[in-house]
Amino acid sequence: MRYSILSVLGHALAGNRRWTPAWRDAAPQPHYDVVIVGGGGHGLATAYYLAKVHGVRRVAVVEKGYIGGGNVGRNTTIIRSNYLLPGNIPFYEWSLKLWEGLEQDINYNAMVSQRGVLNLYHSDAQRDAFVRRGNAMRLHGVDAELLDVAAIRRLAPFLDFDNARFPIRGGLLQRRGGTVRHDAVAWGYARAADRLGVDIVQNCEVTGIRCDHGRVAGVETTRGFIGAGRVGLACAGNSSRVAAMAGLRLPIESHVLQAFVSEALKPVIPCVITFGAGHFYVSQSDKGGLVFGGDIDGYNSYAQRGNLPTVEDVCEGGMALMPFIGRVRLLRSWGGIMDMSMDGSPIIDRTPVDGLYLNAGWCYGGFKATPASGWCFAHLLARDEPHPVATAYRLDRFAAGRLVDEKGQGPHPNRH
Amino acid sequence: MRIPCPHCGSRGHEEFAYYGDASLVRPDPATADAEQAFAEFVYLRDNPAGPHRELWYHAQGCQSWLVVERDTLTHEIRGAADVRSRAST
Repeated sequence: MRYSILSVLGHALAGNRRWTPAWRDAAPQPHYDVVIVGGGGHGLATAYYLAKVHGVRRVAVVEKGYIGGGNVGRNTTIIRSNYLLPGNIPFYEWSLKLWEGLEQDINYNAMVSQRGVLNLYHSDAQRDAFVRRGNAMRLHGVDAELLDVAAIRRLAPFLDFDNARFPIRGGLLQRRGGTVRHDAVAWGYARAADRLGVDIVQNCEVTGIRCDHGRVAGVETTRGFIGAGRVGLACAGNSSRVAAMAGLRLPIESHVLQAFVSEALKPVIPCVITFGAGHFYVSQSDKGGLVFGGDIDGYNSYAQRGNLPTVEDVCEGGMALMPFIGRVRLLRSWGGIMDMSMDGSPIIDRTPVDGLYLNAGWCYGGFKATPASGWCFAHLLARDEPHPVATAYRLDRFAAGRLVDEKGQGPHPNRH
Repeated sequence: MRIPCPHCGSRGHEEFAYYGDASLVRPDPATADAEQAFAEFVYLRDNPAGPHRELWYHAQGCQSWLVVERDTLTHEIRGAADVRSRAST
């Protein structure tokens, strides 16, 4: 059923008793052309674009838990394309363009809100770096504006502009950035893929990858063996564990990132705001809660929960940026497991195992990339060649020295 | 998490800096496959879910490098030793 104002009105008149599930609870078939491991945003987007753009109809997404239970439901919902490096800007800009047309494309209200992303700077050196980044973006056709203090005072008068250590000197604004309702992205892609015949198999954990003469034959799961012509891994957070089933070691460490939401307030924060002197980013959800986060905890973890020193550090960043936040009560905090790659950039590539493809290493920037990640991974799975905007994300770039190190931190996953 | 530093006793992990997998061994640069071995040493990790031996530096304490055994699924810490005691054994 197509969602529209008429369908909403019709169901309302019928007492809302005739709504059907948004996607089928599919049982696994014996064989598929493509099996995607991981029913998160990236896996579901991949399946959708495989079916829609490339006409591959025998596709399954296998998910160990339920749709929306992983990182797609644990992030801080920010979308943006304000990157510096030539390997990154076209990819993230393509993602932002897909976000802009997503809701019409998948016929689902994902609450895409282009309220703007403002990165604050606090020193002359930081201003120079932001000017460089803004110019790099504009050279790639991406919107970027440098704001002075007066303009930021009009936008967000509650900031601590004259902080003794970190006075606010200005900011780089991307107006087309913003936020998206993260759960709706998972549900919308799942429904849209399902409508094109994709089987979404939940509670189906992959326990092994079966290979036959060096070529992938399918996946062993808790619901039996599923044969596949090609297998795509899109299970960031657990990429190393799943890839190890095929004998691969990855340039990835798994780390925990915490996120936070406060009690609901009246509208106060007009856009996404990031603190340039620490690591703190905040936006306000449409329900009113302040959604914020900061650094990863910094040690290997699969625990999906973090420790209190990071909570304190994040809240200190918030207090330094906007002291009023100290009067707000924290409602919830939670953790998600990130694929922290060795250069801070993702991997969308073939693997040494024939027929096995990898989508991994999203660090803590995977949500904004969801549409383009799916688009490019589908392209790779269908055509066996990288999409033009994802050619930098090769698995062999580490050994070959072609790193995409946006922050210039070197091979230390907990610093990206 | 609290790390049982052999010199300072039980201390909060925020006093320490993390340096990752302690099982990595720097390859011999004189061997024929050194280039490949170094690429794996620098970039590839086992990244296990479960027990993990890892390096922590007690930056805000005794400034010793420790090998800590910690479970990455539960954050349980099973022990810590000075890297020098490992080197001597």
